[in-house]
Amino acid sequence: MPVPADRHFYLDPARCIGCNACVQACSECDTHKGVSMIQLDFVDRARSTQTVPVVCMHCDQPTCAEVCPADAIKRTEDGVVQTARKARCIACNNCVLACPFGVPKMHDEANLMMKCDMCYDRTSRGLKPMCASVCPSQALFFGTREEIEALRPASRPVDGFRFGAQVITTRVRMLVPKSFAEPLLAVTAPLESAAAVEALDPLLANLYQESES
Amino acid sequence: MDPVTTTPRSAPRSAGPIAWGVVATAALGALIVAGSRKLAHFDAALVAYTFSVLFATFGLTYRYAMWLKRPPTDFYWRRGWQVFLRRGGRGGRLGRLAGLARHAVSDLALNRFIFARDRLRGLTHVLILWGCLLAVAITFPLVFGWLAFESEPGDPGLYRVIVFGFPAFAFPSDSVLAFFLFHGLVWASFLVIAGVMLAMRRRMREEGAAALQSFVEDFLPLILLFAVSLTGLMLTASYTWMHGYAYDFLAILHAVTVIFTFLWLPFGKFFHVFQRPAQIAVRFYKEAGREAEPERCARCGHGFTSKMHSEDLIEVERRLGFDYRIDPGKAGRPDHYQRVCPPCRRALLAAAQGAAWSGVRGGTLVAPGAAPAHVNPGLGEGPLGRADAENFHG
Repeated sequence: MPVPADRHFYLDPARCIGCNACVQACSECDTHKGVSMIQLDFVDRARSTQTVPVVCMHCDQPTCAEVCPADAIKRTEDGVVQTARKARCIACNNCVLACPFGVPKMHDEANLMMKCDMCYDRTSRGLKPMCASVCPSQALFFGTREEIEALRPASRPVDGFRFGAQVITTRVRMLVPKSFAEPLLAVTAPLESAAAVEALDPLLANLYQESES
Repeated sequence: MDPVTTTPRSAPRSAGPIAWGVVATAALGALIVAGSRKLAHFDAALVAYTFSVLFATFGLTYRYAMWLKRPPTDFYWRRGWQVFLRRGGRGGRLGRLAGLARHAVSDLALNRFIFARDRLRGLTHVLILWGCLLAVAITFPLVFGWLAFESEPGDPGLYRVIVFGFPAFAFPSDSVLAFFLFHGLVWASFLVIAGVMLAMRRRMREEGAAALQSFVEDFLPLILLFAVSLTGLMLTASYTWMHGYAYDFLAILHAVTVIFTFLWLPFGKFFHVFQRPAQIAVRFYKEAGREAEPERCARCGHGFTSKMHSEDLIEVERRLGFDYRIDPGKAGRPDHYQRVCPPCRRALLAAAQGAAWSGVRGGTLVAPGAAPAHVNPGLGEGPLGRADAENFHG
């Protein structure tokens, strides 16, 4: 069964409190038992407690799948980019290094790339992915557009990201303020201009209550 | 540079792969004629099998050649041979030759990497692999006329083995060796059936497998292997215990299952048998990469993969139509996003969101280029192995 078309994953890293619940829940997923696929990083541990969870963004045109020499990564019709097919993956690391979001992991011993598949065993049955079902701050949210709009009246989702000259659109969406006028998030902006600096909202964002006022 | 949202790819031309398919099929045909001494030892009853193998040879060669035309496969194919045949390097060519044997035994013969995924899964695969290999080793030489058995003139109790038309050793037809030799396919079918049962059990019980499996990709190969093994066993049962009851029908049924499996080889899951040796080339490529200059992350400065791998990926992405170039006109800036390590890509993503919110929520700047760190690798999050530890500076 496909993942329902009206359900989407919404990512809001600024709300992450680094509780690790997603990491633990992820490892209980039946499609990659015992191994956690979510990436959870301190961005600048010396200066900030801000943590960043990143799941597979499920690109409409996945670079990982295109650069795979073994043709092991498939995108199903519901827009989910599946983890490597076990019979095909030759553990070359191309996907790990080419993913613009830095998501896939390599299990050396098993000669197998592993990555988030949006808990396909659950989402294809209408359930939430494990990480989104346990995230206490809703940095990871899975649901309908109406649900997220009711929860975050001052936010809007974007599904386009610019990396240098390349624009990637994704099934997973990231929340930005409604006042943010750009159609895309320019991920590589800090690398392109000395004027652009990387800004994060380390603690205030987590305490922030969103309202329309 | 204007952003691009699509990656136009033209379909690879198929003339070359068709030619390779014809050449490989013709070569096998010539070997069959030569090996059977101008068909003198060719068993005409097996001609349908022979033609199905010839078709499979064409299909497999065609698909393999088409596969090699994909830009990433083409790159790995050429680089794999380059790093294997190069002068020098750790251990030199002889060392790599020994490495080839070691990897072939570990990966291909023993399937140790599958046991690392799951022990029962490893056992399943080894049973199917060795059952199929044993069956192929017995049947293909017979079908091609390369191997034949003849009664020894003057002593009908002795069987003479004819290899490529040359008389080899002889053995009594009622010996233990004869029993094991003539029942080779029975032993092979036992291995395959046990493996298929274990695989079916997993596919029917595991929710993770159930979410992704399909009939054509995952069940059909198992059903085919089971059908070939079972119909083959029924032939043996028919002539051993049932005085040849329904033998002709069973022979046709067995032929149908085997021929369908051969014809299916190039199209479905069985093609992985021919793809899999590529992982040995990948091992040599990684070894060469570790001896070479590392790529340094353009953001945090940590070394991650090899510069060779990074440059190769840049070229592969270009050929695929992706354009991750960062404006190369600015001095001191990275020319390509490929030069940013995976953890810094995640940090940049978060920073882009932070920048979008900064006008609304305020925020604190983080140091540009600060190296991200996994929050709690000890709890299962973080690198899964050596490659991840290198690429995620874990």
